[in-house]
Amino acid sequence: MILRRLVFWLVLLTAAAFAYLPVRGNNISLREDLILVAVAIILASNLNLMIGYTGYVNFGHIVFYGLGGYVGLYLATVRNWNLAVAALAAGAAVSVFAFLLGLAILRLRGAYFALATIGVLQAVQAFVSNFDPWGRSTGLYVEFTSYESLGGPVRALWVIYFLVIALMALSMILSLGIKISKFGLGLFAIREDEDAAVVLGVNATMYKAIVFSVSAFLPAVAGTLMFFKNGMIDPSIAFEFMLSLEGIVMLMLGGQGTVVGAALGPGLYERLRSWLLTSPRLSNFHLVIAGGLLLVVVLFAPGGLIGWLYRLWPRSQEVIE
Amino acid sequence: MSDLLDVRGVSKRFGGLLAVSDVSFHLAQGEILGLIGPNGAGKTTLFNMVNGVYPPNGGSIWFEGRDITGSPPHRVVQLGLSRTHQIVKPLNGMTVLDNVTVGACFGREYQHLRPARETAMEVLKLVGMGDRAQAPARSLTIAGKKRLEVARALAARPKLLLLDEVLAGLNPTEIAQMIDLVRRVRDSGVSVFMIEHLMQAVMNLSDRIVVLNFGQKLAEGRPEEVARDPQVVEAYLGDDKIAHKLMEKN
Repeated sequence: MILRRLVFWLVLLTAAAFAYLPVRGNNISLREDLILVAVAIILASNLNLMIGYTGYVNFGHIVFYGLGGYVGLYLATVRNWNLAVAALAAGAAVSVFAFLLGLAILRLRGAYFALATIGVLQAVQAFVSNFDPWGRSTGLYVEFTSYESLGGPVRALWVIYFLVIALMALSMILSLGIKISKFGLGLFAIREDEDAAVVLGVNATMYKAIVFSVSAFLPAVAGTLMFFKNGMIDPSIAFEFMLSLEGIVMLMLGGQGTVVGAALGPGLYERLRSWLLTSPRLSNFHLVIAGGLLLVVVLFAPGGLIGWLYRLWPRSQEVIE
Repeated sequence: MSDLLDVRGVSKRFGGLLAVSDVSFHLAQGEILGLIGPNGAGKTTLFNMVNGVYPPNGGSIWFEGRDITGSPPHRVVQLGLSRTHQIVKPLNGMTVLDNVTVGACFGREYQHLRPARETAMEVLKLVGMGDRAQAPARSLTIAGKKRLEVARALAARPKLLLLDEVLAGLNPTEIAQMIDLVRRVRDSGVSVFMIEHLMQAVMNLSDRIVVLNFGQKLAEGRPEEVARDPQVVEAYLGDDKIAHKLMEKN
């Protein structure tokens, strides 16, 4: 039972803290910091389902976030759908897209799959840049009046913040739920040795396509909310390759394959990045640091922070998932 | 006795190499069938066709009266046909218990996680690894990994177990334990189809033996018949005296 897991309660506690801290004293700047952390956790946690659980490195994970943003914004602004419905529809549409894409490209393994995901990212970006209904390279804008449905712009930002925090908690609970399920066991078997897993009875083709699709859902929903909040979307910000890479760095830093690591890594990295970006001397330096960090992690702590904890104190594996 | 497995004229071609050519045989319920032959004779290829890893280029494979030719491996397992690998494939990053649980979860009974863990524990005790349940699979010795292969296959609750050289690389004590295990498995009602190079063991264990050479079936019959067959002696055993020695031990 998931309710018996310590991590489940930790997730709820974290989400409650995220929700409460900026409200106390109406701290807008803290809220804006935390929403970025929350988005990073959503992206890394779902990416973890592919990289950490199934052993397939997806370099194009940001495609789901960007496409979700586009579909959701299109439905919410051009078609005037309710924001929540538009976000869920975007999640569903992107999941279906991921499922079909997964059936095709998940036949590839290792580096070939990773390369294919980069190709997908480039292809989707090129397609959207030329797609008329989505405004080609200028993208889509949110009319100021669209925020009225959420009670005006000021209140809208708070509503979106709470929704994103909820998505963050859901992402981590999803990760935990999969980890302790039969589905998760099948994924781990695929990660360890796909041929052996198939001979043991795991329908690897279907499992991989399903997890790929699942890993697309919450990022796509979050994409809708975040681009709605930002008021616009265009192909260069929606499908930023660098964000995809940073997602991998965050995950490796925290510890791939672990629920806590996929939240801890993004939390630390996002704070570090914000600090680097806003400090005048280092502002163009954050990717250098990201690269260096990835090297250090891969070389000295391939299991990330949580992997390191497991090594220091093996019994922690039973509690910290 | 009804046939559990019926292989009808299967062939497999890899480019210009005909690895298995028009091989037919059958396996009766409750039987231990041995498969022997020199290296490269096509034994493992034949296994790979039976459990669905390779679709055959010709012929058909019937399991319990059902045509399973070309069925993917995961479906074949769920029908009750499990196998082990000659080159062991442990799920290294997982515990021994989790390895075997995978077998129970996705095998013939397609169990839920919790009953699967109980099945796994039961099977681990059967193969004598109950005390290693929580050990990481990568920490096992080669004998342990071979036993793990058998345990995982058994956890699927198969009707037919394919064993691909489970004795290779084991020391005499371990071999004796494994032979004992195979007998116990058969006695529990599971039929066995085994590839084995260790002649004494295979002659002892098998009810019948199929001999492959250069992808073709050279002989089939009871161990003593096969060991006396002049073609088999020439192709595989090499010397008439060895054949006699082997049978003496019986």
